[in-house]
Amino acid sequence: MNAFKPYILNALVFLPLLGTIIMLMYDQIVGKNEESLRRIALFFSTLTFIASLPLIWWTGDPALSVNVPWVENLGINYHLEVDGLSLWLVLLTTMLMPIAILSGWTSVHDKVREYLAFMLVLETGMIGVFLAMDMILFYLFWEVMLVPMYFLIGVWGGERRIYAAIKFVLYTMVGSLLMLVAIIALYLLHGDAQVGGKATFDIVTITKNLADSNFLSFNQQYWMFLAFGLAFAIKVPLFPFHTWLPDAHVEAPTAGSVILAGVLLKMGTYGFMRFNLPMFPEAAHHFAVPIMVLAVIGIIYGALVAMVQPDMKKLIAYSSVSHLGFVMLGMFAFTDMGMQGSLYQMLNHGVSSGALFLVVGIIYERRHTRQISEFGGLATPMPVFSTLFLIIAFSSIGLPLLNGFVGEFLILIGTFNSTYSRAFAAFATTGVILSAVYMLWMVQRVVFGEITSEKNRNLPDLNLREKFVLVPLVILIIFMGVYPSFFLNRTAEQVKQIRTVVEKNKPSNPVADNLK
Amino acid sequence: MFLLQVIPSWKETLFLMPELQLTLFACFILVLDLLLPRGKKTLTAYAALIGIAFTLIGVAQVYYVTRNVLPTLIFYQMYVIDNFSFIFKVIVLISAAISIAISIKYLETEKELRGDYYSLLLFATVGMMFIASSYNLLMFYVSLELMAISVYVLVGYLKNNDKSNEAALKYFLLGAFSSGIFLYGVSLVYAITGELNLLEIAIKVSLFILGTDAKVGVGAHYLLAFAVALTGAGLLFKVAAVPFHMWAPDAYEGAPTPITAFMSVAVKAASYAMLARIFLVAFPALRTIKELPGWLPFFIGVAALTMTVGNIAAMTQKNTKRMLAYSSISQAGYILLGLIASNETGYTGLVFYILAYTLMNLGAFAIIILLRRDDIKGDRLENLSGLIKKKPVLAVMMLVFLISLAGIPPTSGFVGKYLLFAGLIKADNFWLNRLAVLAVLNTVISFYYYAQIIKAMFIDIPSDDKPINLNIFSTISLVFATVLTILIGIYPQPFIEISKSVTKNLAPVQVNQQTSPTPTPTPTNDSGIDPSIDPNLFPNVIPRK
Repeated sequence: MNAFKPYILNALVFLPLLGTIIMLMYDQIVGKNEESLRRIALFFSTLTFIASLPLIWWTGDPALSVNVPWVENLGINYHLEVDGLSLWLVLLTTMLMPIAILSGWTSVHDKVREYLAFMLVLETGMIGVFLAMDMILFYLFWEVMLVPMYFLIGVWGGERRIYAAIKFVLYTMVGSLLMLVAIIALYLLHGDAQVGGKATFDIVTITKNLADSNFLSFNQQYWMFLAFGLAFAIKVPLFPFHTWLPDAHVEAPTAGSVILAGVLLKMGTYGFMRFNLPMFPEAAHHFAVPIMVLAVIGIIYGALVAMVQPDMKKLIAYSSVSHLGFVMLGMFAFTDMGMQGSLYQMLNHGVSSGALFLVVGIIYERRHTRQISEFGGLATPMPVFSTLFLIIAFSSIGLPLLNGFVGEFLILIGTFNSTYSRAFAAFATTGVILSAVYMLWMVQRVVFGEITSEKNRNLPDLNLREKFVLVPLVILIIFMGVYPSFFLNRTAEQVKQIRTVVEKNKPSNPVADNLK
Repeated sequence: MFLLQVIPSWKETLFLMPELQLTLFACFILVLDLLLPRGKKTLTAYAALIGIAFTLIGVAQVYYVTRNVLPTLIFYQMYVIDNFSFIFKVIVLISAAISIAISIKYLETEKELRGDYYSLLLFATVGMMFIASSYNLLMFYVSLELMAISVYVLVGYLKNNDKSNEAALKYFLLGAFSSGIFLYGVSLVYAITGELNLLEIAIKVSLFILGTDAKVGVGAHYLLAFAVALTGAGLLFKVAAVPFHMWAPDAYEGAPTPITAFMSVAVKAASYAMLARIFLVAFPALRTIKELPGWLPFFIGVAALTMTVGNIAAMTQKNTKRMLAYSSISQAGYILLGLIASNETGYTGLVFYILAYTLMNLGAFAIIILLRRDDIKGDRLENLSGLIKKKPVLAVMMLVFLISLAGIPPTSGFVGKYLLFAGLIKADNFWLNRLAVLAVLNTVISFYYYAQIIKAMFIDIPSDDKPINLNIFSTISLVFATVLTILIGIYPQPFIEISKSVTKNLAPVQVNQQTSPTPTPTPTNDSGIDPSIDPNLFPNVIPRK
């Protein structure tokens, strides 16, 4: 098996790209055939998923990492590595992608080849972001995703798709380009500090050198935290940078929403964990309280706005703002539990809101509307669908024995035990209650009660393809709920390392003490 | 006169072979044009392409012969042979070749097919090649005029087109005016320093700054500042930097599209070569000092304005030619950043970005040109709509050029912007860091209007069903530009090496600016060589007694 290890990460990044190329060639050589194109795309994304499975057991194995010089005179390396932080996010990506491709099997008929090509390029970009251990490589994958995402929203989206697509891209670009400035500055400062050899963009090296000898002044940390942080906060999205999200979610096609909610938002929180916390710990302490305040505002605001949405997709979009607020809150609690919970909640949100968007997609395909008021009593014509929908909704609320509970519980305990104010945990808890309100209310109005519209009376239940799409996610939801240690054990060490670095650089008299 | 020099001999002429070849070809095309019957004029384009191919070989030969003795000054230090001149010659030759290749079909459609077009294009190229190699202000001026006058005529080449005529007149008047300003600056520099050679001006100016040149009065400080400002303004006119950009959108819109491409790329590259050479070789001492305002703050303002105004104006354009014109104004602002950074990364970025910009901008224009069909002007945004349906390959190529212009990886534009931003950040200066942030935010604005084109191509439905035909020359140019744009983005190493080698002998004269408040007499001997000049600068030149 060892012989395969060095190739596996490369394979993860390039298999989808290979699929794209084969798809484009197939079209030229064999001729236009939508069905075979879909099969090729599904095959390659499934292959990527299978290739990523061994990582569960191999994570942390140095034989896995790939590190070759790329642009030597600038100190840029092609460095891929997988660790506890990125492991589950990579798996989440590779798992959601075949599901997303399956979900659009019958609903997308326009420019199928381009659609699938963009999906696969997007997958390359997302996996690359999580695996890249070189800042320029990270930036490259981060930006590469913009173009396919622009098209996925802009070409296959809803009515206001152009507006949503350009808004999404411009928001992301503002953040990421400022991040580029910070990356260059970090590279130069690291080079000037003359620690550990020559100037490099290597994330592992820089993180290690920063932990050993903190060569950044507080002022430098402050600005770099802001520059990196803005890029990630927009992506998360942290309140008040969230306004692109409802637009993008509502306009994107189902597969786009699944990927957007499932993976793209996690890149923001992942970035905070990968860059901001271990690299600028003093600034992290400085900004912890403001960020937690924004996170709590996001939790409550997102939930309140979600409550009044007539459109199901918009409701789920705003619930994302709320859930991601939990992730940020747990992360900046700087406790093992909070950060573990934060990481876990990223996965939960990926799975359950991905599933929710799929659910909306499924009924949208049948009725071509997403208005809650159009539905009611779906449990009679669609029993299987309604059961799965209910489980997914419970997972999103955080019902015990389902995945959402574990994450939210860990986050709330972690926040409660942190050095910062307990009030954050108290306010955040209301978010859990509110999530039950908007989610259950929606389920009740859509699934239960009398059939309000005659159009819904004869809706067909899930077909085999749709079961293939939803059932794995529901199984995962239950599995993550009853056996979380399978996931948490593999992230514990990495989280502890980050927490230790952050702890070590704690200012002696933090502003936070006064707030307690 | 202390400068070193070789005995001039007829052999020096050999170093001019590439330029002479191209001049001969240009004249030959004029004759050929007379001999050819009406329907066969396309042959002149082939002759021009062959001429450029020969010239490229000639440049390679000169490089091969002189590679161990670079840099070398010949013709009484009027003409320099160094890496900088080689790379810029290659850039202008490539852009001339692509411009000719994409002109062939365009001129047929416009029914203006005559040989003098190509002849003028070659003459302009000769002027640019001389600019790349000039080391003397007069030489610069003469080369600049050769380039400019040829281009004035080319802009107005479409005789029956009102817009083209208007553009030519506008460009000619403002161009002549800016040449005059430049010449005025040159004459003042000559009045103060008594020199026209760049290196000697640099030495005179630095002695002057250090206070060791007693011959010049105190008030001359202001005169010098004025002279430098005029020189700079004249050159910034040529690169269409704000606030000297007024002529550019009209001239770009009215000119035949291949000439627009040529102007936005080759003319700009040559003008930047000139700007970099003059300011970095002749006036490094005046970059920024206490008594004089210096040219750096001036350039910072110009760069900030150029990027912002260019981008904001481009946002509202519905005419793609005009949009790309404003885009190229803002791109000129980015290129200026390399000059402002004043360090190796910045200079590398300057050269690298010009190289990358040449390819991507020419590519974008080439596609606009293909949209010019019998009765469709092809320069409106809606002419691009639905390109993905009509010619998917063209749409994808255009996408590559546009994301490269917007600086999104993995394209050459990203690497170029990276180098420019890195140069600014490396300079570690309060204002330069802010300029970097402004530049970055401008990149976001620029994506907004590039996205308009992308949207039109991929999302909108086609506005007409006229087929788009490619000839072999357009295909080759487009493939060349696309492949290089991606290749440079994915594997930039060799191109960065080349750009870096170019910058080695820029800014040869270093003045320690900390000494300026209390002037210390610098030991000057009879030859007047400032100790801070690198004696190995021109190692192969025999000292003159």
